[in-house]
Amino acid sequence: MGLETALGHSFLTTRLDEAVNWGRKYSFFQYPFVTACCGMEYMSTFASTYDISRFGAEYPRFSPRQADVLFVVGTVNEKLAPVLKRVYDQMCEPKWVVSFGVCATSGGFYDNYATVQGIDKIIPVDIYIPGCPPRPEAVLDALIKLQEKVGRESVLDRKYR
Amino acid sequence: MTSYLLDTLKSRFPEAVLETHAFRGDETALIKKEALLQAAAFLRQELGFDMLMDLTAADYLPREPRFELVCHFYSTTHNYRLRLKCPVEAHDAAVDSLTPLWAGANWFEREVYDMFGIKFNGHPDLRRILMYDGFEGHPLRKDYPLKKRQPRMLHKD
Repeated sequence: MGLETALGHSFLTTRLDEAVNWGRKYSFFQYPFVTACCGMEYMSTFASTYDISRFGAEYPRFSPRQADVLFVVGTVNEKLAPVLKRVYDQMCEPKWVVSFGVCATSGGFYDNYATVQGIDKIIPVDIYIPGCPPRPEAVLDALIKLQEKVGRESVLDRKYR
Repeated sequence: MTSYLLDTLKSRFPEAVLETHAFRGDETALIKKEALLQAAAFLRQELGFDMLMDLTAADYLPREPRFELVCHFYSTTHNYRLRLKCPVEAHDAAVDSLTPLWAGANWFEREVYDMFGIKFNGHPDLRRILMYDGFEGHPLRKDYPLKKRQPRMLHKD
């Protein structure tokens, strides 16, 4: 990427962003971090009725090292927080995080001694999906929004992270 | 109303049974905690209660005795159910473990210890079961602050 460093956001770099982002956003490999009932809606999003593969994201990888998107699906408690952080740290850049359902987003109605009040206290989050649990349409909407977000990124953005 | 189970228990442990209660087949005996292990052994060995369905506790702060240990027994051969309750004082929150009689009491008692801080004498491995190492206090006690948080790892603001 020597040319981009020298010339900054030139015509050539913008075209490279387009090409790279096109590849990234239509081939999400997800890591499903499923802890609660939201997992059922997550699974139904994968099943044939809603068919997440129409959006190029049909491949869940159960190893964080092979995944681009971390789906945190369900309640995360204080005991589990270090595990979530570790899974996030093990993922390679570029990586994104989706907070699936109100429990992952804000703790939901579990405002108590055991529950993390939103996973953004532990790791950075790109997209939040509301709902208890969210409908599969909401999940697909979030996926499209994530694709749009990835499409706006530049390859330079993550260079020195 | 007469109850075979409660009458048998009362005649066997006249000193220890403090109170009994029966409502539509829901039989309960309040028993001194010193006699719990003996009474439970009697239930298991003589009356055929081969299953410990649940063992939990309740905090009745500010009442004294503060805690109540609640055990639910079931007999798979006779289809009997019985509930034993034990008052437990806060200054001496320790009860004999039921693990010698029912191996399944192990995790129940660890949970009660974790949530209420009641100790079990003779338990083989009395550690927290739900909360993590380093957690202070017992969250289901009524005097545990409602908004108190003990994060295991550092939170961002």
